Amino acid sequence: MSAPVLEVAGLAKAFGGVRAVDDVSFTVVAGELLAMIGPNGAGKSTCFNMLNGQLSADAGAVRLLGRDVLGMKPRAIWRLGVGRTFQITATFTSMTVRENVQMALLSHRHGLGSLLSRASARHRNEADALLGRVGMREQGDRVCGVLAYGDLKRVELAVALANDPKLLLMDEPTAGMAPKERIELMALAASLAREREVAVLFTEHDMDVVFAHADRIIVLDRGRLIAQGEPAAVRADPQVQAVYLGSGAMFGHEVPA
Amino acid sequence: MSFASILAQLLNGLAGASSLFMVAAGLSLIFGVTRVVNFAHGSLYMLGLYVAYSTVEFLGRTPLGFWGAIVVATIVIGALGALIEIAILRRIYRAPELFQLLATFAVVLVIKDVALAIWGAEELVGPRAPGLSRTVEIMGRRVPQYDLALIVIAPLLLLGLWLALTRTRWGALVRAATQDREMVGALGVDERKLFTGVFFVGAALAGLGGALQLPREPANLGLDLAVIADAFVVTVVGGLGSIPGAFIAAILIGVVKAFCIALGTQSVLGLEISFSKLTLVVEFLVMAIVLVVRPYGLLGRPPAQQRAVGEITTLPNMPDWRRWLPFVALLALIPFAAPDDRYLLVLLTDIAILSLFAVSLHVLMGPSGMVSFGHAAYFGVAAYAAAILMRKVQLPMEVAVAVAPFVAGAVALVYGWFCVRLSGVYLAMLTLAFAQITWSVIFQWDSLTGGSNGLTGVWPPAWLADKRVYFWLTLVLCALGIGLLWRMLFSPFGYALRAGRDSPLRAEAIGIDVRRLQWFAFALAGAFAGLGGALFAFSKGSISPELASIAQSTDALVMVLLGGVETITGPIAGAAIFTWLKDELARRTEYWRSVFGLVILALVLLFPQGVVGGLAMLWRRVRPAS
Repeated sequence: MSAPVLEVAGLAKAFGGVRAVDDVSFTVVAGELLAMIGPNGAGKSTCFNMLNGQLSADAGAVRLLGRDVLGMKPRAIWRLGVGRTFQITATFTSMTVRENVQMALLSHRHGLGSLLSRASARHRNEADALLGRVGMREQGDRVCGVLAYGDLKRVELAVALANDPKLLLMDEPTAGMAPKERIELMALAASLAREREVAVLFTEHDMDVVFAHADRIIVLDRGRLIAQGEPAAVRADPQVQAVYLGSGAMFGHEVPA
Repeated sequence: MSFASILAQLLNGLAGASSLFMVAAGLSLIFGVTRVVNFAHGSLYMLGLYVAYSTVEFLGRTPLGFWGAIVVATIVIGALGALIEIAILRRIYRAPELFQLLATFAVVLVIKDVALAIWGAEELVGPRAPGLSRTVEIMGRRVPQYDLALIVIAPLLLLGLWLALTRTRWGALVRAATQDREMVGALGVDERKLFTGVFFVGAALAGLGGALQLPREPANLGLDLAVIADAFVVTVVGGLGSIPGAFIAAILIGVVKAFCIALGTQSVLGLEISFSKLTLVVEFLVMAIVLVVRPYGLLGRPPAQQRAVGEITTLPNMPDWRRWLPFVALLALIPFAAPDDRYLLVLLTDIAILSLFAVSLHVLMGPSGMVSFGHAAYFGVAAYAAAILMRKVQLPMEVAVAVAPFVAGAVALVYGWFCVRLSGVYLAMLTLAFAQITWSVIFQWDSLTGGSNGLTGVWPPAWLADKRVYFWLTLVLCALGIGLLWRMLFSPFGYALRAGRDSPLRAEAIGIDVRRLQWFAFALAGAFAGLGGALFAFSKGSISPELASIAQSTDALVMVLLGGVETITGPIAGAAIFTWLKDELARRTEYWRSVFGLVILALVLLFPQGVVGGLAMLWRRVRPAS
């Protein structure tokens, strides 16, 4: 197995007396899709926000390709090769789809200081190529503000891939989408990740999506990591079943007695 | 300084703070619930003072007459506030926030002229409060009884407001709306009634604040902008939407001001510092310090997340210079067409300069999402820098004009460092504070700036003495400046600014340091405004502190909003319409302000996207049919 792209060790964060994330450790290697699941309030978002620099951590370490990134600003972490998509899409609504991708490309090439060149003419072909990969090339000239939600998710994916990331962080990539779209989007993300040897960490509530695409799964509950491993093993884990029992979200009608 | 004199100044400061608190509390209340920054709040204060004056004259100078007048003024101004809400603001709640600001600014203009027509331009000195006209001796100092009454009234009012807000259903609704306006609407509360009610109370507070100053302060027409600047400072220091915050801030500022007067001129580390001269700027210094330490004011909270209204604003296409060149050339030919019309030349020169000024502000307001209430600071600084460089440093005028924008840019760089740490209304108010500081420094630095008289003899050299030649120079430089700014908007830098405005979250997530870019944009806009200021100085031959005043800043704001923030060419149209209209009206009537205000109101109600934005929308609607 190759050296991990992302290495999280003993990560912890408390809000007042609540231990939102408590001693969580895991790794992700290149080309691997790791799903982080758990019921509401398990600490998934808190964990995610510490990885991408939006929240500070109380303890622990986050290493990206062996480099400690804890405490860095989100933009610095991005420069080290971390792409992101958001639970609620965040795009530049006044710009076209292509310009959104061009911005990421420009930023990646340190081209934002230019005051006199035309932004919309820079890295145009490259942006189109990326949009082609997510099936949005035809919509390149449309303004992001008018796009359907599923399309915005695809744009975000193209933006996230613009800096040739080593790691892709996807917070609920399929939230708010129709079931069919979900499977398609995740299949696309999975194939892109494998093709580019990108390590992917994603959180997800839709268990169909998780079990269809995750190589490994980690399960959080009340801030603690209670299980990790291959999907089949996690599915069979009695502790995981206990956490999810009653909600019915994980096993549908197959809830074991 | 003895303890007794400290106490006396403290009481004086507290008495002054009480009216300030009332105005600020009203402003804060209105902003909290309706998100409208009511520029006309100072005007309501001023009217309160005038109405109280006239009512006392009518009722007679008896205790009943005096306190009756205060009650009458409070109610009249409250009703006026409700009327403004119903007649104007209600119609434009869905328009961008800035349009509401523009509308309230138009109200300022109208009220000023109404006051001028009714009460005249002379200061009116009100009567002393009957029954409270004597002084009380406290530790050997004479303190007016009325001051003591004011000191008691303010906390009582705070208590009353607090009770109304926490113990009544209306208060619960106001607090709920302050936290989440949409949610209150979704719960079935009639927003219209609530908003009208809040405007009534907010305006009544301003009226009361003004009326209570009757024995202390002569009524005059300059109060509106002076009071609104003070009230902005108090609300922002206290925290927008927080009434106890406004109380604490008013006292803090009142006391600090009083102490500056008490200190007089002191020698600190061998430097003679005139603290009494500092009173003009000290409140703004307090505000700048508070905002840097606590960005949302002493008791304020970060503003509630506002849900997007689903407004999509795209940048129009980049103006093509090949299309604009003939237009500029045509303008350049005008002096030949009308060789004797000196008035036209002056007007065109003004429009060219103010277009550059407006475009530079638009760069901040539109694509960067930073509204500046104090853009005139850079205009004024550069005008003074150019004049001083030529007159006192004896540099050639050409060099002075070339250097002045850099001076303005440097000042903007310093101010901007603080400003970009904030956003939205807070940012706007901090820019206002810095502009006011600049104005005060210019106003008071007699030896360098000529103080209130300004500087004269700021004329260009012989080759530019001909008004036509100067117009051509101005036209070329301003067109170049505007061209460069427009080009910048479409460059990667300009796009990155827009990215920061559209989604700070995403911008950060693709490695954009939004704050640094905004800082640089701030300085750049300041420098280009400065070029306008320098050219302006030499076109007039004399300059005065007016160039850095709040009025000059709001002029630019109105130009941009009039033209349309979400357009590119709008600011130029705005500058042209504004300058021409102002000139025309000022020549025809003494009451040009109110006519101008009514024109703005009509435009705001008819074209919420600005003139150019509105025309563009009309065009889009008509085009498919043809």
